[in-house]
Amino acid sequence: MKKWTRLISVTAAAAMMASLVAPASVFADDVFVIGGIGPLTGGAAAYGTAVENGAKVAVEEINAAGGINGAQIDFRMEDDVHNQETSVNAYNTLKDQGMQVLLGTVTSAPCIAVLAEAINDNMFLLTPSGTAVEAIAGDNAFRVCFSDPNQGTKSAEYIGDHQLATKIGIIYKGDDPYSVGITENFTAEAPNHGLEIVSSEAFLGDSTDFGTQLNAAKNAGAEMIFLPIYYEPASLILKQAADMDYHPSYFGCDGLDGLLAIENFDTSLAEGVMLLTPFTPNAEDELTQKFVAAYKEANDGLVPIQFAADAYDGIYAIKAAMEDAGVTPDMSVSDICEALKVSMQNITLEGLTGTITWGADGEPNKEPKAVVITDGEYVPM
Amino acid sequence: MSFITYLKDGISLGAVYAIIALGYTMVYGIAKMLNFAHGDVIMVGAYVALMMLTKTGAPPIAAVLVSMAACTLLGITIEMVAYRPLRKASSSLAVLITAIGVSYLLQNLALLIFGAGGKTFVNVVSFPSVSLADGQLNISGTTIVTILVSVIIMVSLTLFVNKTKPGHAMLAVSEDRDAAQLMGVNVNATISLTFAIGSGLAAVAGVLLCSAYPIVSPYTGAMPGIKAFTAAVFGGIGSIPGAMLGGILLGVIEVLGKAYISTQVADAIVFGVLIVVLLVKPSGLFGKNIQEKV
Repeated sequence: MKKWTRLISVTAAAAMMASLVAPASVFADDVFVIGGIGPLTGGAAAYGTAVENGAKVAVEEINAAGGINGAQIDFRMEDDVHNQETSVNAYNTLKDQGMQVLLGTVTSAPCIAVLAEAINDNMFLLTPSGTAVEAIAGDNAFRVCFSDPNQGTKSAEYIGDHQLATKIGIIYKGDDPYSVGITENFTAEAPNHGLEIVSSEAFLGDSTDFGTQLNAAKNAGAEMIFLPIYYEPASLILKQAADMDYHPSYFGCDGLDGLLAIENFDTSLAEGVMLLTPFTPNAEDELTQKFVAAYKEANDGLVPIQFAADAYDGIYAIKAAMEDAGVTPDMSVSDICEALKVSMQNITLEGLTGTITWGADGEPNKEPKAVVITDGEYVPM
Repeated sequence: MSFITYLKDGISLGAVYAIIALGYTMVYGIAKMLNFAHGDVIMVGAYVALMMLTKTGAPPIAAVLVSMAACTLLGITIEMVAYRPLRKASSSLAVLITAIGVSYLLQNLALLIFGAGGKTFVNVVSFPSVSLADGQLNISGTTIVTILVSVIIMVSLTLFVNKTKPGHAMLAVSEDRDAAQLMGVNVNATISLTFAIGSGLAAVAGVLLCSAYPIVSPYTGAMPGIKAFTAAVFGGIGSIPGAMLGGILLGVIEVLGKAYISTQVADAIVFGVLIVVLLVKPSGLFGKNIQEKV
């Protein structure tokens, strides 16, 4: 027993020595090491690879234009398979490679786990796409996308400002924190934008019958139905409303993204459905077109999704904050973080997903953008 | 008028529960076991019909028949492989747990084959909808067909059990399995036949369920299965008209509860009513109060 303890302590001591020595050898004075973590394999791989590819487009542009404060960017992405433990391991691997700031993680649950480590190290963390409130619960953490509940506030703002409807019915999933969170914020914000919520009905579990909820909305005279839910139940709601000859307009959040991909779904039912999404490759502005072209060229013609745009904006946000703070690559991780925390609140980023500023809570402030489904395609509104 | 609309929705939902409950109640009445995999046979039936319709372009009636054949075969296989070896087991819990195992097996196989995402179901019912009271009450063709089919199935099952020889064998097995065997009834064949009929009905229920609520996923059968089981207990498990009435009542209570009380607690209301009924009438609405002989 004693022998084992000694062996372990010797190994541990050796490992500690190694970890003291190793980073020093990879630190280079003229390079910023930006780490990225996300699922590159497994079920959520589409999100992680989009973030990696989107970030790389930004990094190449910046390096070609002379880098940040004269230093080039070395972007390194690690796979976390959308798993919390793997994500923390990836974080440690990147730290050993000299990571100075983290763009990640891509998905919410791993981000919450990695955040705890990042807070300990005082490492600056900017998640492009982690939407859970807890994913940035630290003063070193920021995000590019809207949080889940904020989508409710922004939806109310968008519907009100663009005068899409005044009488709104809500159908939400009562046992899903995502849906309930959006609904609560939407309900709180609606009166500020002249919206009247005439019915608000829940469903639970894998419910497939929405007749009652739709009748309640119809009888209350709802002109628009707000759907803070995922696309599968939404497809049933669209069908059942059409069957009962009720034709309101529909507005949803990022959960509706995927509606057009359901097998056998009659996409004509989704015609006119609006959803809040930060990015659409069909937008005609110059920045989007340039990004889409560069992304396609680097990835065999693949069309970027919103995660790629979030990552692109994330890299440019880091650049802007670093320039604002005058950060140099020889500074320590903690010093860089302290400087960026302040600078993030100073910068204004003209990004793909809008003109963004950040608050001390790490949440982005930007105009919500929406698309409308027209002829089976997302068209910017 | 909105009350009548809700009532119609409830009856339409209840008719689907009723068809599923008929399968539960037959198997329980005759084999004295709860086949918790019944709901998942519904899901298999729906997938088979959908594949026939979309991949082979078969006409709806052929798709339904193939789906029924596939589910009948599946039901007999499940009974032979999973339940029959356990029929003599000391505890009746063994077969109950096996049924839960089969239920998960079917769900996971469907996940593997068809993936987790839902697929939109193609409506097989081409029956015109009926508009009443100046278009205020619109009854869809699917609703009409579902109600008609459930009544037809109930009547023909009752006739089958009471008027035919295999039906009498079923009654005999249900009354006393050992005595029936002594009288020359082939118990294994009778129970297989029960599973065959029950699973064939599950295929019909699957097609009608997914025609009314057009999405099919590996978990499509799970919740309707539990609701239909409740309906069977509600009506008195083992009773064919009881399953029918239980299903319809359950559907109506669910929809009215959602409409007039709360969408959040609709399921709690349904099961609350079940508890009250069972307190007043422990064997269910149509159940016979049979004394267990010791």
